[in-house]
Amino acid sequence: MQFMLLFSRQGKLRLQKWYVPLSDKEKKKITRELVQTVLARKPKMCSFLEWRDLKIVYKRYASLYFCCAIEDQDNELITLEIIHRYVELLDKYFGSVCELDIIFNFEKAYFILDEFLLGGEAQETSKKNVLKAIEQADLLQEDTKVSFSPSFLMVWSRNAAEVRDSCGGSEQASWVKTAFLLLVSTERKFWITLNKDMLRKIKMQAPL
Amino acid sequence: MRQMRELMVRAVYCEMLGYEASFSYIHAIKLAQQGNVLEKRVGYLAVSLFLNESHELLLLLVNTVLKDLQSTNLIEVCMALTVVCQIFPKDMIPAILPIVEEKLNHPKEIIRRKAVLALHKFHLIAPNQVQHIHNKFRKALCDKDPGVMTASLHIYLQLIQENAEAYKDLTASFVTILKQVVGGKLPMDFNYHSVPAPWLQIQLLRILSLLGKNDQRTSEVMYEVLDESLRRAEMNHNITYAILYEGVKCVYTIHPKSELLEKAAKCIGNFVLSPKINLKYLGLKALTYVVQQDPKLALQHQMTIIECLDHSDVIIKRETLELLFRITNAQNVTVIVEKMLDFLRLSKDDHTTIDIVGKVAELAEKYAPDNEWFIQTMNAVFSLGGDMMQPEIPNGFLKLLSEGFDSEEEDRKLRLFAVSSYVSLLQGEPSKLPQRFLQVICWVLGEYSFLKEDLEPSVVLGLLTKLLDMKSSSSETKSWVLVAITKLCWSEAAVSEAQQVAETYSSSFDTTLRQRAQELQHLSRDSQLHSRVLPPGGSLEPEEVDSSLSFLDGFVSGALSAGAAPYKPLHQRQEELSRSKVLSLEPYGLSLPISTSSCSMTDRQSPTLLSTSSGLSGDGTDFSHRGSSTTLRLDGVKRVWGREGYLAQKEPVEEVAQVEVPSPLQSPSQQGDANSCRSKTPTPMPNPECDQEKQQLASSLFGGLSSQSSVCLMEKSEPDIQRFRRKAKGQRSSSTTNEQRANPTVSSASAVDNLLCNNLLEADTEPINSSAKQTFQHPHSLSVANGACDAEAILTDGDPKERDQLLSSEDSVEADDCPPREDQKRSKDFCLTSYLPAELSGFSHSEIIPLCSSQSLDLSACHVQTDNSVVLVVFITKTSEDANLQIQVLSEELEVLCVCESPVEEVRGRSVSVRQYSLTVKMPLVHFELVGMLSYSIPAGMPQAMMQFSYKLPLTSFIRPLTVSTEEYGSMWLAFSHDTKQNLTLIKEEREPLTATLNALNKKLSLHVVEIIGVEGLVACSLLQDQPCLMHCRVHAGRLAVWLRSPVADLPDCLLYHCQRALQES
Repeated sequence: MQFMLLFSRQGKLRLQKWYVPLSDKEKKKITRELVQTVLARKPKMCSFLEWRDLKIVYKRYASLYFCCAIEDQDNELITLEIIHRYVELLDKYFGSVCELDIIFNFEKAYFILDEFLLGGEAQETSKKNVLKAIEQADLLQEDTKVSFSPSFLMVWSRNAAEVRDSCGGSEQASWVKTAFLLLVSTERKFWITLNKDMLRKIKMQAPL
Repeated sequence: MRQMRELMVRAVYCEMLGYEASFSYIHAIKLAQQGNVLEKRVGYLAVSLFLNESHELLLLLVNTVLKDLQSTNLIEVCMALTVVCQIFPKDMIPAILPIVEEKLNHPKEIIRRKAVLALHKFHLIAPNQVQHIHNKFRKALCDKDPGVMTASLHIYLQLIQENAEAYKDLTASFVTILKQVVGGKLPMDFNYHSVPAPWLQIQLLRILSLLGKNDQRTSEVMYEVLDESLRRAEMNHNITYAILYEGVKCVYTIHPKSELLEKAAKCIGNFVLSPKINLKYLGLKALTYVVQQDPKLALQHQMTIIECLDHSDVIIKRETLELLFRITNAQNVTVIVEKMLDFLRLSKDDHTTIDIVGKVAELAEKYAPDNEWFIQTMNAVFSLGGDMMQPEIPNGFLKLLSEGFDSEEEDRKLRLFAVSSYVSLLQGEPSKLPQRFLQVICWVLGEYSFLKEDLEPSVVLGLLTKLLDMKSSSSETKSWVLVAITKLCWSEAAVSEAQQVAETYSSSFDTTLRQRAQELQHLSRDSQLHSRVLPPGGSLEPEEVDSSLSFLDGFVSGALSAGAAPYKPLHQRQEELSRSKVLSLEPYGLSLPISTSSCSMTDRQSPTLLSTSSGLSGDGTDFSHRGSSTTLRLDGVKRVWGREGYLAQKEPVEEVAQVEVPSPLQSPSQQGDANSCRSKTPTPMPNPECDQEKQQLASSLFGGLSSQSSVCLMEKSEPDIQRFRRKAKGQRSSSTTNEQRANPTVSSASAVDNLLCNNLLEADTEPINSSAKQTFQHPHSLSVANGACDAEAILTDGDPKERDQLLSSEDSVEADDCPPREDQKRSKDFCLTSYLPAELSGFSHSEIIPLCSSQSLDLSACHVQTDNSVVLVVFITKTSEDANLQIQVLSEELEVLCVCESPVEEVRGRSVSVRQYSLTVKMPLVHFELVGMLSYSIPAGMPQAMMQFSYKLPLTSFIRPLTVSTEEYGSMWLAFSHDTKQNLTLIKEEREPLTATLNALNKKLSLHVVEIIGVEGLVACSLLQDQPCLMHCRVHAGRLAVWLRSPVADLPDCLLYHCQRALQES
């Protein structure tokens, strides 16, 4: 894949990722022309374009256009599905994603994209694995809010059983507290689902 | 810091909206360097979005990445690997390569996966740096985590694209993996819409198609699994269609199997007939891909194709035209070209227009049924293609006109028709025509208007002068017009008019125009000169040109004896200039090794680049420097000015182009023209409502195909049609006198024409001609290749039987002969050694390796390292004297020169002959591979058989010690631009580990140890005689830090690899 662009129906760029080295000027030119070309196409038309010497695959989701440029021998349909998978991932992460989500959390959208596509190739096609990787990194974000050492939490979230074995009795109370704080501070569903199992174990050991 | 994170995100957003935010780049790097994990994440993201691969700030990131890769925090390692996969400076790869390699064994699969992808990236940007870890990729392929395995397939796809031969052995593994995937053996979360791991499947199918291409044996391995995956993919969802599409492509790429082809054809049918537009598009694409192999398939779907021709979506239409282009033949060419021109009239996209215009021109030239049609089609091409089309098209067209075909009569008719059609065009509204077309018209009228007897030259002159007065014509066109007028002014009436024109333009600001006007003035005044320079009727006398300018020798020697400096060619001067430039850069070498290496590298490369590019222009300056007579000076000046004049005209040309762009949309007159063209070829316009008309169209479109229902018929009938054109071409390219004949008539008149002619020569002999011929002869060559294959197959079939017989007879007669055979073999080696040529026997030679053998012939080889060369010695042992054999040895990276062939020596019925090839390195590589082809017929006169062999030799055979003093070493070190650094293991020894290590290197790789100073050592060697490489070693923390430098790119990397190997072994 050469690049991926997300733009709105008004032609505003929402996300861009380039996998080939190009100068800023070229990037802007390509973006401008491509947005025009794609926006001019009618909804019933083919999702594939031969534009200049590139193959373009695009798809519209609500008010957003997702647009990828691929090499000649690449498969167009699977690129369409890559777009779809990315949308699924965004949807799962943000919970029914909309354009505003991407505008306000666009760095998150990039993080997800980086976990899914790396250097222009599909890195991980399992939805579960991608989200797991993002959640792990996000966990640190929550962690900074309650100011705990990242590595500690890291280990903790990964394997409750291991932590239980490694932590002494006195420390136990403190990490249960952390868990509580985290639960309060975050509203994200996924965190809870991820750690449901672990929380059960914590509760069993030290009821609050 | 926290605020910085937020600001960074905003800066990224600003940049995306198109505002400049380069001030924040350095902060992004700082954030990645200093922040906590979360800030780092944003910092890395910003860096990967802001910078591109060659940005200088990226060097600042290397240390951060290195630190994070070694971090114990999983997330940090992940982030570092992610950023490495996206951007990393090429020169710094060695710094992190060992750590990334280590990560391949990391217990977490996400790290392994990212490490594999990072190596994939490295392979893409610097393939030779990761050459030594290819075996680790195999481990990644066998990884228990499917994600890691998928990632490794990216690398393999790349590697196999580069060299499929080397990975044939993996075919079985890929097939097994695909089998498992298709069988649903992967974990559920790799499913996508209940299809098991589609990405993986598609990747594997692509790899398999590359492996099975033109290789029957490999293809046979995969038939079963391909069948399976075609069968399994039956759900009606996009993703299954994606797999099917890839599968169909694979089936048609590999060695054909009829059952599979049948299934694939059915799949294509499903695509084409699908109501979904995306699938329809892909179906057309697949058809285009397939139709050359199987033209019948297009017949099956002819109605759909015709529907697609009238589709509302331009993309579908265009793809259909592409398909039609592939099935064009002499019968349907008029209809197809008509369709293409229709499309062109509506097309707005420049890129498409250029593409299709080229195709129409190609078809017209190949299959034109008659002259009128050809000229009219080309007219349409020129007026629609405008000034965007490739310059080869008008050039090729003019060349075709000027050289003509077989019969004079035919040529005359063609030219006559061209002239009359152009005259009528000019009488219409010439201001609407594109500049290129006008230029073509001018040339044709200038050359051939005399053919039309009822046409007064003054009429033509009038038309041409009208062009001159037109505001829209560019000055380039004007100079073409002037040249045409010059050619035409041989009658009394014309002369006065021409004089008038010349008067106006002889004071033009444009130098080219002024030049032309001057020529016109002089030639029109002196009718004798005119008839000598431009004989009326364009008599075709070849003119001799003394290209060596020998008549100037006297002048040159006179000037030299008078004290003038001898002439230096342009590239030599440039080289001297740049040499001084490089010197001035060198003092920085010590303090900033990285930046200077990149600087001096580009500087150093420039002279060679310049010299190659200036090869042509150098000739031009040659003229002007030596020129003394006015005519020659003019020649030189003409060229230069011609070019610069063109440069100066660039602006007006652009302006014109802008004016011209809307014209195809709005100009009714042009449309009218086109219509008039069309009216000559009465084709039923397709009407979507009327089925009957569609049928008619179908029959006209596919007529050529259906009449020749079988492939062999097609082959037979096509040459008949080609003959008309091809003969003409053959004549053109073969007889140079013919070309010359056309040349002087034009070139003597004007430099523009001269240039054009040069272009013509190039354009015609190379792209057009060859491509046309290739496409023509394709079916032929295929059948020939098949024939050869068959013959070979028979031969190989025959061989084993005979051999079996031989063996069995031997077994029966001498059953206890087996043990001595071993000895025999060994003694044979020994024997062969004795055949080494005397002049080589003093040097060390490698082990003699058998290359290939058949029952009557054995081939073995070794290489001998002499002081200043490497010689490959090939021993040919054959049973019978009466043999006829030829050996070809080739290599991409080596230059192979056959040195000599020793006389045959006869020993006990076996004769041994020796051939020597001297090898020189074109570009350094870790291992060199020679590929050879042996064709023989034993005894002579029997059908030829072929054998392939290959021979591998390491870089080390080319390495020689380089004896230099420490001072020399010092000065050389600074001068070299390519370098590599890495840490190597030291040989464990108590007292002098450095000395021991260097001695080992000396012994194994024959590197010369210059000096050992404390913990540092200086080592030097050279690639054969002239390509030195220096190595600086330092013991640091129990490791040997080596730094290699050389003027030759890649040599340090390759040598480093061998050093590594040598030290690992000891």
